[in-house]
Amino acid sequence: MRCLASDRALYRCEPFTVRRLGSPPPMCLDCNCGAPTHTHAHPTAKEQPSAHTHLELGQDLLSRNDTQAAANRSRFGAAGVPVINLLSSPGSGKTALLERMARDWGASHRIAAVVGDLATDNDARRLRNAGLRAIQITTGQACHLEAGMVQKALATLESDGIDLAALDLLVIENVGNLVCPSAYDLGESMRVVMLSVTEGEDKPLKYPATFHAADVVVISKIDLSAAVGFERSQALRHIAQVAPRARVVEVSAQSGAGMDELLAALGLQIPSPL
Amino acid sequence: MEAVRDLALERAGEHHARRISTITLRIGSLAGVEPDALRFAFDVVMAGTLGEGAALVIESIQAQAFCAVCHQTFPAHDGVCECPDCGAISRELVQGRELQLASLDLDCGDDPQLP
Repeated sequence: MRCLASDRALYRCEPFTVRRLGSPPPMCLDCNCGAPTHTHAHPTAKEQPSAHTHLELGQDLLSRNDTQAAANRSRFGAAGVPVINLLSSPGSGKTALLERMARDWGASHRIAAVVGDLATDNDARRLRNAGLRAIQITTGQACHLEAGMVQKALATLESDGIDLAALDLLVIENVGNLVCPSAYDLGESMRVVMLSVTEGEDKPLKYPATFHAADVVVISKIDLSAAVGFERSQALRHIAQVAPRARVVEVSAQSGAGMDELLAALGLQIPSPL
Repeated sequence: MEAVRDLALERAGEHHARRISTITLRIGSLAGVEPDALRFAFDVVMAGTLGEGAALVIESIQAQAFCAVCHQTFPAHDGVCECPDCGAISRELVQGRELQLASLDLDCGDDPQLP
């Protein structure tokens, strides 16, 4: 039974109770015994047993996702394939960048992509047309990918005859969203956060949690910089403030500028001429 | 929020709770989770479970970074890791990415008898 107001004088730590009874109050509600778990019963007017239990847990909310992510990570590690988790707003050019990767790197690197969207398999079809092996994850209501979804996509990759160990790079294109995906580890070896010059220099300051977890920040659509009056130095400063560990690469999927720098930032070998 | 519900119900079941009275979450300012969004979803997600009607308490953890130049921690307001004293950019986040079920308060007794 819950403590009723009339019970409180007897069972809570109130000064007059302590003075009147001359002993410490029973531990309840505000007790600081420090035990990870403690239960204490409150006798009631009718002497019926009742108990509050306070559990100190400190348990990670995403522990299930983290366990699946760890399984993905060990699988990627065993296959020796670098895996990128690519995050950006909708329309920053994630798919266009992947198409450019396919065009520029496809001859020298075996690349596959797992693509997340709420609906349609348009992106996967675009990437297949560009020559990439691509699997679409349609999330329905979910605005982010979770490690378990990637696990299922890996099974689809395998049933399509794509051997992880034979890949040079796997790109997971997350759902276009700069909020929720940042909390979900997918097991990637590198997190890449992208913003386009058309989105404004202060985008990193608006979404610090996502940028903070970035290993690489890609500034895309740099061919449009002049047209939109993009203040490059201001953008770089904002990125440094909220993504202090990230390497910054500036690219244009349209012209191909910056693609060699991106290849290096992802830790891939630049192909030597035959 | 489903993760909150599932973990809370699991623990409540282990303790044979009659109901969950309070769920306390610990959320860092750089966890990537909006406390307001959690509050919005809470009642809907808990409806029809032992957690229906439970109070939701959110302990907010302010992100803190360590300045290697000044050898001190400072609050990284809005995620900005620039030391307010010397202007150096910190690469070391001390806290702020927490996303935890901090504690649960359970009622484990019999159904209350109305007087």
